[in-house]
Amino acid sequence: MICICCPKGCHLVYDEKSGNVSGNSCAMGARYAAAEAVDPKRVVTSTVRINSSTAVMLPVKTNFAIPKHMVMKAVELLNDIEVQPPVFIGDVVYKNILGTGADFVCTKTVNE
Amino acid sequence: MYDVLIIGCGVVGAAVAREFSKYNISLAVLEAQNDVAMGQTKANSAIIHAGYDPETGTKMAKLNVFGNELTAKLCKKLNVSFKRIGSLVVAFDEYDQMHVNNLFSRGSANGIKDLEIWSREKCLKEEPALSNKVKCALYAPSAGIINPWEYALALAQTAVKNGADIYFDSFVTSIKKEQEYFKVSVLNGSSYYAKYIINAAGVHSDEIASMVSDNAVKIVPTKGEYYLLDKSQGTLVNHIIFQCPTEKGKGVLVAPTIHGNLIVGPNAEYTKNKNDTSTSASGLDYVAKMALKSVPDINFKDNIRNFSGVRANTLDEDFIIGESNTVKGFFNLAGIKSPGLTAAAAIAKEIVQICSQSGVVLERKDNFINERKVVSLKSLTADEKNKLISSDPKFGRVICRCETVTEGEIIAALSGVLPAHTVDGVKRRTNAGMGRCQGGFCSSRIVEIISSQLGIDPCEVLQDAQGSVILTKRTKSGDTV
Amino acid sequence: MRHYQLAIIGAGPAGLAAAVKAYENGVKKILVIERDKILGGILNQCIHNGFGLHRFKQELTGPEYADRYIKMLNETSAEIQTDTMVLNITKERILSVISPLRGFENIKADAVILAMGCRERTRGAIRIPGSRPSGIFTAGTAQRYINIDGYMVGRRAVILGSGDIGLIMARRMTLEGAKVLACIEVMPYSSGLNRNIVQCLNDFDIPLYLSHTVIDIKGANRLEKVIAAKVDENRRPIKGTEMEFDCDTLLLSIGLIPENELTRACGIQIDFRTNGAYVYENMQTSCEGIFACGNVVHVHDLVDYVSEESEKAGEAAAKYILGDKTLNNKTIEIDAQGAVTYTVPQRMRCENIDKNLKVFFRVNKSIDKAKIIVSDYQKDIASFKKQYVVPGEMQNIILAKNQIENIRGDYITIRAEEIISE
Repeated sequence: MICICCPKGCHLVYDEKSGNVSGNSCAMGARYAAAEAVDPKRVVTSTVRINSSTAVMLPVKTNFAIPKHMVMKAVELLNDIEVQPPVFIGDVVYKNILGTGADFVCTKTVNE
Repeated sequence: MYDVLIIGCGVVGAAVAREFSKYNISLAVLEAQNDVAMGQTKANSAIIHAGYDPETGTKMAKLNVFGNELTAKLCKKLNVSFKRIGSLVVAFDEYDQMHVNNLFSRGSANGIKDLEIWSREKCLKEEPALSNKVKCALYAPSAGIINPWEYALALAQTAVKNGADIYFDSFVTSIKKEQEYFKVSVLNGSSYYAKYIINAAGVHSDEIASMVSDNAVKIVPTKGEYYLLDKSQGTLVNHIIFQCPTEKGKGVLVAPTIHGNLIVGPNAEYTKNKNDTSTSASGLDYVAKMALKSVPDINFKDNIRNFSGVRANTLDEDFIIGESNTVKGFFNLAGIKSPGLTAAAAIAKEIVQICSQSGVVLERKDNFINERKVVSLKSLTADEKNKLISSDPKFGRVICRCETVTEGEIIAALSGVLPAHTVDGVKRRTNAGMGRCQGGFCSSRIVEIISSQLGIDPCEVLQDAQGSVILTKRTKSGDTV
Repeated sequence: MRHYQLAIIGAGPAGLAAAVKAYENGVKKILVIERDKILGGILNQCIHNGFGLHRFKQELTGPEYADRYIKMLNETSAEIQTDTMVLNITKERILSVISPLRGFENIKADAVILAMGCRERTRGAIRIPGSRPSGIFTAGTAQRYINIDGYMVGRRAVILGSGDIGLIMARRMTLEGAKVLACIEVMPYSSGLNRNIVQCLNDFDIPLYLSHTVIDIKGANRLEKVIAAKVDENRRPIKGTEMEFDCDTLLLSIGLIPENELTRACGIQIDFRTNGAYVYENMQTSCEGIFACGNVVHVHDLVDYVSEESEKAGEAAAKYILGDKTLNNKTIEIDAQGAVTYTVPQRMRCENIDKNLKVFFRVNKSIDKAKIIVSDYQKDIASFKKQYVVPGEMQNIILAKNQIENIRGDYITIRAEEIISE
């Protein structure tokens, strides 16, 4: 298993029986290995339409990682949204994605 | 009903259209593609030859030497980029030396006055990048480099300004002689009627001729592959460097282009498919290997584009110019291979004269428009730049940074006579996108400008020919594969 | 003629960080020139996350990372001129610029920082044969179409090159409903980060073909087919290994080239290994008063390092502008040897180094358990252990002042060796 927490990309080994993680170089890696073995999650980034004079698309991300198998479904939720400016980094664009509790938040400030 | 209908709007068709547009006749051009110069004219060496290659006494020799002179004058009048930088035919052994001497005699017999034979020392002094194996060279100062599609466009625009009609996307499917006129049918369903037909269909000129049962033309399509290198290589040589022909082919040339790049090519491969302008690894390897023989320091890592063109070679050495033996009123301009670009203007004069002798009534117009204005920000002084930008700020916004082309220039190319409507159409008219990043930065901006200027959806904006869509759908529109 | 203490060309991550740092170090009259209508450069289209772990100890998206620096810049007195293109620079630091708003003008600056970034290598650079239909894009161009303009570039795609942009675009295309058939890499290893192979390819079952390349392109108008083949150790296609992909899109992620046309035209010395300017320890180029930082100097993997390097340039430019001209001390060249392909900086003047000097470099082969050795003549003056070094990842070492202040020669060497354990 390769860690995706940072650019280093450590090779992790997760022992299912003991729950021990080896090969990691930080605590993030240990947490990642355990989660990846049981319930892999990903932060999803995408765009939504924005009704603005300066931009056509607004970049967004999930504010928490969501289960990997929900990624494609989550992105589809963005098809029907058009955002009105002004919006600021962190503003919620879509709440509670597929019941995960995570939201799509915007990652760019667009004033007008 | 037109008096004269020209089939094909490459450089030859455009030159003929311009020449006929000097007279009070009704005139049209049918072009199968969606822009001018989409065949041989856009994929060749972009050289205006001096005229020492064709055999003395042939039409080709006469039209080449005369065409060279005419092209220079026309480019000046019509504001087309052209530079007489001179050519060298380089000899590397005794056999080559003999060839160079023959070319000198032949060129002189063809009427070129200023040919010189340069010694090895002179060659290396004037052209230090040449291989030091050079023995001598034929120097022809009248040879030049040109922007071929700008030239064809300028000729076609002049024809249009003087009343000619040009129909694009008009692939001719049949030509029927009906009493005193021809009926020309086109794939899109339209028909055109004309008293006289000029066949300037390039590699397809045999197909057009056979539509009137004239089987005198047989095209042997021959592919030539090229490299276009970055401007960092553009000053490597100062002249057009030709090689002597060998049993394997005519040799590969190395030359600066009018845009400041370096062009290297072509090979010559017979191809079955006239529309096959693909390049091949083996062809490109051969071209590179051959070019390094003349100029060993070419850095092929600075290659920005490969392309190939299909030439309308024929079994006959000479151009086929004149009225069909089988059908009166049908004129062929066929087998116009190299030096067709050079000869185009002379061919136009020649065919107009032939037509006049065959009964086309030609009466000069008083008000022939023979000029063309081009706005190029790059070439203006600081004051002129500021004047232009204050009149239209879009001339201050650089869209193509490799070639310094502004939004104003792109919009100008999308309007006026024979405007562009594709990304490559813009490229051919403004140079935007032809630099080292090959449109990486500017193509998305140009798509946007085309879409807003022409009022079409970005998904309808084409790269070049029909069908070459760039974008497939809006994101977030819901539909998946 | 307008006059500034400092002119910065480019407002991507490099230009932004350099401007902020120069201001913090006392330069008040700064002009930041940006070609685009907005600040942030390429970060605006890099909507994926993974930026800022070093710099901000947080995982940010490209626009968020840019926003942090734009906010910092807005706190300074720097003037920002967007929608403006620099056409020329001279050694006397006169910039010719053009914009819709102000027209064509010359601007004088006491110091200049070059922060123009880089561009993508194109099809021509690797000479892919075949026809020339539409549907072939560099990955970054496709990224702009999709993320900024909101248009898809195709339905079925093959990606050539496993650099990070290619991998990111494989995922991006998939998320937007396209089918990515394969990612093809000519080298026997990926040049992208491992994490991106996992989350961009593996997550979506996109196969990665190492030691393969595209050998032919078919399609008259729009791309119809891509032919790939396995390559031998000399990267030549092996007959009989051809694979055909029915696709309408080919994305090229085949490397980046620093954008140094202004630099070259100015007569600044260029390092043919990096395609960027030769720089000193303080990011000054061979031309006094002209500095360079970010991807225009050498292509980085991480924006965090771009910011760090650019802050160094900003600080040095400030020093230069404010009168510390003690820069012409003895120059020591840093000579990359063996598996080390280049270093940045390429030269240093020890007197100008306060505490230490971070030297960035790349290697041309993977080494597990590597030792990086710095030598002055035959004498090793420093060595660094690395768990591993790979070509895809930029490396660095930090030379302490005391390791370099007594160098006898006029150059030092840097090489990488495998640690052989018993």
